[in-house]
Amino acid sequence: MNKINKKISLAKKKWKDLEDNTEPIIYVGAASCGRAAGALELLNGIDQFLVENKVFARVIQVGCIGPCYLEPLVDIKLPEQPRVSYNNVNMKMLPAILKSHLLQGVPHAKLALGNFGNESFYDIPRFFDLPMLKPQVRIVLRNCGFVDPEDIDQYLALDGYRGLINALKMSPEDVIGVVRQAGLRGRGGAGFPTFKKWTVCRNSPGEQKYLICNADEGDPGAFMNRSLIESDPHALLEGMLIAGYAIGASKGIIYIRAEYPLAIERLKKAIGQMREYGLLGNKILDSDFSFDVKIKEGAGAFVCGEETALIGSIEGKRGMPRSRPPFPAISGLYGCPTIINNVETLGTLPNILRNGAEWYTKFGKEGNRGTKTFSLVGKVRRPGLIEVQLGTPLREIIFDIGGGVQKNFKAIQTGGPSGGCLSEEFLDLPVDYESLASVGSIMGSGGLIIMDDDTCIVDVARYFLDFTQKESCGKCVPCRVGTRHMVELLDKITHGDGTPEDLMALRTLGDTIKRGALCGLGQTAPNPVLTTLRYFRNEYLEHIKDGRCRATVCKDLIEYRVIKEKCTGCQSCVRVCPTGAISGPRSEPHNLDPTKCIKCRSCYEVCRFEAIAGDAIVIRSAEKRT
Amino acid sequence: MPEPIESILAKHDRKQEELIPVLQDIQKEYGYISPESVKKISRYLRISENQIYGVSSFYAQFRFTEPGRHSLKVCLGTACHVRGGATLLEMLERSLGIHCGETTSDKRFDLERVACLGCCALSPVVQIDKEIYSRMTVNKLTEHLKDYE
Repeated sequence: MNKINKKISLAKKKWKDLEDNTEPIIYVGAASCGRAAGALELLNGIDQFLVENKVFARVIQVGCIGPCYLEPLVDIKLPEQPRVSYNNVNMKMLPAILKSHLLQGVPHAKLALGNFGNESFYDIPRFFDLPMLKPQVRIVLRNCGFVDPEDIDQYLALDGYRGLINALKMSPEDVIGVVRQAGLRGRGGAGFPTFKKWTVCRNSPGEQKYLICNADEGDPGAFMNRSLIESDPHALLEGMLIAGYAIGASKGIIYIRAEYPLAIERLKKAIGQMREYGLLGNKILDSDFSFDVKIKEGAGAFVCGEETALIGSIEGKRGMPRSRPPFPAISGLYGCPTIINNVETLGTLPNILRNGAEWYTKFGKEGNRGTKTFSLVGKVRRPGLIEVQLGTPLREIIFDIGGGVQKNFKAIQTGGPSGGCLSEEFLDLPVDYESLASVGSIMGSGGLIIMDDDTCIVDVARYFLDFTQKESCGKCVPCRVGTRHMVELLDKITHGDGTPEDLMALRTLGDTIKRGALCGLGQTAPNPVLTTLRYFRNEYLEHIKDGRCRATVCKDLIEYRVIKEKCTGCQSCVRVCPTGAISGPRSEPHNLDPTKCIKCRSCYEVCRFEAIAGDAIVIRSAEKRT
Repeated sequence: MPEPIESILAKHDRKQEELIPVLQDIQKEYGYISPESVKKISRYLRISENQIYGVSSFYAQFRFTEPGRHSLKVCLGTACHVRGGATLLEMLERSLGIHCGETTSDKRFDLERVACLGCCALSPVVQIDKEIYSRMTVNKLTEHLKDYE
């Protein structure tokens, strides 16, 4: 205990030095998303600038603060000034920002986004007053974007591992009691009370018990877990220690997607530092609790997010679910009692144990306590990673935080490929486990996909079904054969060959699969189709009866045309057309031969985004077929 | 010279649970799982070749043919789909003359689809080797391809 207290006071001192910096600090958001937006190039650019101008600044790579649409973010903190954040920085802007802020000591207010002080600074507003951030409550994500994820001292300085220290002072039963009182429910999607699962496992006989962290975030459109691990890996690891202590496990396994190389790298570094600090291994912090963590990389199978399939995969088998009971909490990995918790569930634990159950119950509402992270993506103006209290209405998430939709709002998909699409009438629905289930959707792990007029509902339903059908493990018939049939029917409709009877068949199939499938993947797979049939039936009927796709997405139902009055004859489209479908001399309106057109979109993009051209190419839904 | 399969195997225990990590390590080194390596794994872990194919073919990560020089991965996650990822894939299939999951005859490109790269806010994205290209359009992508020989 003494050892860790020493480390903590050292860490706090280091943190204070960082806050009272005597030299400038530059923070660069360099999680995967920041990197995709060009953060690494900026890091080189900053180094070069510092060398060329012979100035010194400390450069720290931090994780993701959430507003992905503002990436890459570069923050500058001068001594005795608040940290100022610049958004969408590119190599062209970088010298101007650095010159003004770093060399002249004046923030480049025009390009700045927000400051992290207590009031506005040079007319730059507070970062957390920005509309996207103001309604959020950051508990799980509290450190993301602020700490260097590769430095355990920064985590310690911000009261990291305090939750573990508190837990180790209690009996495991009392820790379970605190989690019960806090009302924490599994954040992986199903929302099962965490304490119940733990109690079963704790009371199961067996020398060896396992704790598995499910970081197999396979939902397309969801990246909450990746962001948390990349930005604050110790939060997850501390949570694992607390859970392991509570259930009596001595071994922990993190099952993580191989597609997240940066997250894996940061976890490995974090685990190494924990060992150094005596936070892993035998007799952790001089208690009787021993625990070790191993990383297992997944190999690309969505179904392995299901707990029994995940266990099969760790054992080196095909990742196919088995029927339950027995539940893993009684007989799981190698037949031993096993608890599988989601990254976010585990990441929440340190906060509960640090601040107490009562503090946690202040957030959310009765039965749905606390906060939930969501990845808000699709056709929303401000996509990103957000955290809100449970029970927040969808409207607030989409319009206040997300800044609304680019065109007209059409639908929101909650819960990833196994969730439902909800229409405008549900915008006031509070986001909690029960409300979402009552309208045929699910909370899922937290993907929120916004769709607007440009999204075809039938195409989206087909997309999700096609995904689950491909990922079906093939063990049970309803899922293997049923989803395939559903995809075929949806294909037929998107090609314009559907009949009204197909809609009935889709419903019957969907209901049957829901009832008959073995695991969660099959049981939820029809949700996107069933909900869209319920809330967007008209769009299906338009495809069937009128052969029309109003969003101009379904290829067989659309055509490309040149509007002669708008065409400037610039020939840009002629150059990019791969099939020679567009022709015409310079400065005269071009012709588009529909028999040659393969609808590849090249001309459309050129016409809209190149300066000389002028929106002359349109995509229209075809006339009614006879 | 890639590390010999024997020395990769020697880093792992001779237990079935090591099968997936072994396959991953071999693929990392050689780019794919060859019939010879399956034979060697079978002898080392004492499980049948059938079983090894059974497990490895279940997971999307493993491939059984030699990869091309560059890997093209088109993200077809939900956000990318909604913003036109499928059009990008189609364009690549057409311009490279191969289907998704195949390698061009000159071994220049491998074309694959992935479920989600986790960069949804920057969609649609395409990954070429280790580089992720965000907010792609058909024409931008055509330009980027020229950088890879």
